[in-house]
Amino acid sequence: MGVTAIIDYGSGNLRSAAKAFERAAAETGAVTEIRVTDDPTVVAGADRVVLPGVGAFADCRAGLDAVGGMREALFRRVDEDGVPFLGICVGMQLMADAGHEHVVTEGFGWIPGVVERIEPAPEADGRPRKVPHMGWNTLILNAPPHPVLAGINDGDHAYFVHSYALRPARTEHRLAQVDYGGPITAIVGRDNMIGTQFHPEKSQATGLRLLANFLSWTP
Amino acid sequence: MLTIRVIPCLDVKDGRVVKGVNFVDLVDAGDPVEQAKVYDAAGADELCFLDITASHENRDTIFDVVARTAESCFMPLTVGGGVRKVEDIRKLLLAGADKVSINTAAVKNPDFVRAAARKFGSQCITVAVDAKQVAADRFEVFTHGGRVATGLDAVAWSRRMAGYGAGEILLTSMDRDGTKSGFDLPLTRAIADAVPVPVIASGGVGTLDHLADGVIEGHASAVLAASIFHFGIYSIAEAKAAMAARGLPMREGR
Repeated sequence: MGVTAIIDYGSGNLRSAAKAFERAAAETGAVTEIRVTDDPTVVAGADRVVLPGVGAFADCRAGLDAVGGMREALFRRVDEDGVPFLGICVGMQLMADAGHEHVVTEGFGWIPGVVERIEPAPEADGRPRKVPHMGWNTLILNAPPHPVLAGINDGDHAYFVHSYALRPARTEHRLAQVDYGGPITAIVGRDNMIGTQFHPEKSQATGLRLLANFLSWTP
Repeated sequence: MLTIRVIPCLDVKDGRVVKGVNFVDLVDAGDPVEQAKVYDAAGADELCFLDITASHENRDTIFDVVARTAESCFMPLTVGGGVRKVEDIRKLLLAGADKVSINTAAVKNPDFVRAAARKFGSQCITVAVDAKQVAADRFEVFTHGGRVATGLDAVAWSRRMAGYGAGEILLTSMDRDGTKSGFDLPLTRAIADAVPVPVIASGGVGTLDHLADGVIEGHASAVLAASIFHFGIYSIAEAKAAMAARGLPMREGR
């Protein structure tokens, strides 16, 4: 049986992600072991790799680097071997070149671009728009269709909670956005990598669909 | 377009659901996990557990409730009540909570909020502000279910908490809580207009129109209610339909 490794580096809500993956696998008959792990050798041998993450960019980066050998295993398995990768929230933001939250922190450089504080335009009545961007927003999908987004449509809702967002340097890396006083990147991807700013594990049916698609994705 | 959040809140004591009227006269009414599943299926936008367990030996019951909820509900979950230390936050997040709500501990030690936001990110730190009107245009922060006055001005306090990194303010009118007479709209508006972060209006919902009022007149980003949902007076779908009819952007469930 294949292994889907969810990397545990001390950031946040791994239980929710693991349970949502288990549900998605059960509903679609995907044969994979969902494994939350802080062991680089598990990641180095995994068939799929998931990087969750909540909190500040720099803290997540430091937390990941603090797990001996994890960063190397992640890069080898995803960047060199090309197994499917899913980054969630700050796990997605880490795919960028750098994060500008509190301090400038280097990212993985997988998706050219930077993570910056969102600065939405005011509401229609002139009131400033609230930050964090928090709640359910409607996805706007970009062509071409992506296999991990099969069955997900324009206007489907996903749950966001963040104050910083990834601005990809190349538009083809932005697979979806939402409108919140301007566009905010919702999904990025290239080759064997995809990342969501929103939380699929918290986005009810839409989120479970995305996770199930990821489990059967063969990029 | 970002939709307005409707958040049912469950008061949980010793692992069981209760709902207080003005925080007394508690009525035990069921398993929180079963209730959470009902709200998940009904299309609630988030769920809130307020842990009001008093005894020290039962303090860990909430972790089990959160963990069991996260196994079956794939929706955002906020947990408040008794959040005093960084370790409390870590344990709740690891159990499956997405946000924690800090109340008394913030008043006792405002720097705790700063440390928590720095450690876990503003997005998961909600500060709960319980406010009472004490003069014509002054609202004061209270703790301990409205019994202990703090001397803090609610508007200034909320602004300060946002500045310290709170990602959201959960604002409860202690004058209105349990009265079913509607949100305290001047209070809600004063704070929502004063802070850059979202405000959840709470306390006093008795009709569906009260929910929309909290957003349209109170400028809240989300509305929280307990008894009107919990006792089946109105469904989440009815609440959303009523708010949509007032022109608010709402999400249809699932």
